[in-house]
Amino acid sequence: MPPRPLSPHLSVYKFKYTLTTSILNRFAGLALSMGLLLLVYWLMAVAGGAHAQARAARLLSLPLMKPVYAALVVAFCYHLIAGIRHLVWDSGRGLERAQAKRSAWLVAWVSIALMLLIGYCVWLGGARAP
Amino acid sequence: MSLRTPLGKVLGAGSAKSGVQHWWMQRLTSVALVPLSVWFVVSLLSLPSFDHATVVAWMSGSWTALLLILLVLVAAWHSQLGVRVVVEDYVHGAGARTVTLVGALFAHTLIAAAGVFAVLRVAFGAAQ
Repeated sequence: MPPRPLSPHLSVYKFKYTLTTSILNRFAGLALSMGLLLLVYWLMAVAGGAHAQARAARLLSLPLMKPVYAALVVAFCYHLIAGIRHLVWDSGRGLERAQAKRSAWLVAWVSIALMLLIGYCVWLGGARAP
Repeated sequence: MSLRTPLGKVLGAGSAKSGVQHWWMQRLTSVALVPLSVWFVVSLLSLPSFDHATVVAWMSGSWTALLLILLVLVAAWHSQLGVRVVVEDYVHGAGARTVTLVGALFAHTLIAAAGVFAVLRVAFGAAQ
């Protein structure tokens, strides 16, 4: 049997918006999987009582966790909006090239707006440690 | 020359009858996660603080506990389906792929169970 083609050959494709939106969605999804791990760690700490939560909070409020939370917000917003785009595609709509190009930009702008909104709410909340 | 008909060949070595299952469950979980994740982010942002008493009071609400359990379960399921595709795409070699897939499945099961357990423990007032 000849060797079967291996997917995806990232290096042989011309870098286009279709590739960008797709791989970003995948990266965002993987980041959110890590976020789920973090969420469950926090839930377990809360369930462990006030002491356990305080111990976990020391780790979760480290300065180096801030970029992690920022990345999770970015990943969440992008994955949510890009995921809705996929659901629209699954209904058979928006698959023409021009429509897909337009929705790629729409996803970018809407998810950036959502990131800014969440960032603003966090900033409004002030210095609340998780 | 084989006397088997094309239909006969296909019936013998056709689909495993579950080809669309992965795709469909990924869509169903994503549809469920739209309201669940938005609810979670909004309610997390509207918590006045993250100290133990506040978080426990929040998680002890029946609807909060219920939605949190659903969120953890559905998110873990959706994540498992997604990670599975990534592993199938990028991890080559049958042995390494199987080990990674099984490891990811076990990890997701553990995460889901831990999340449900933690929420129930808090909701039933056992987190002091």
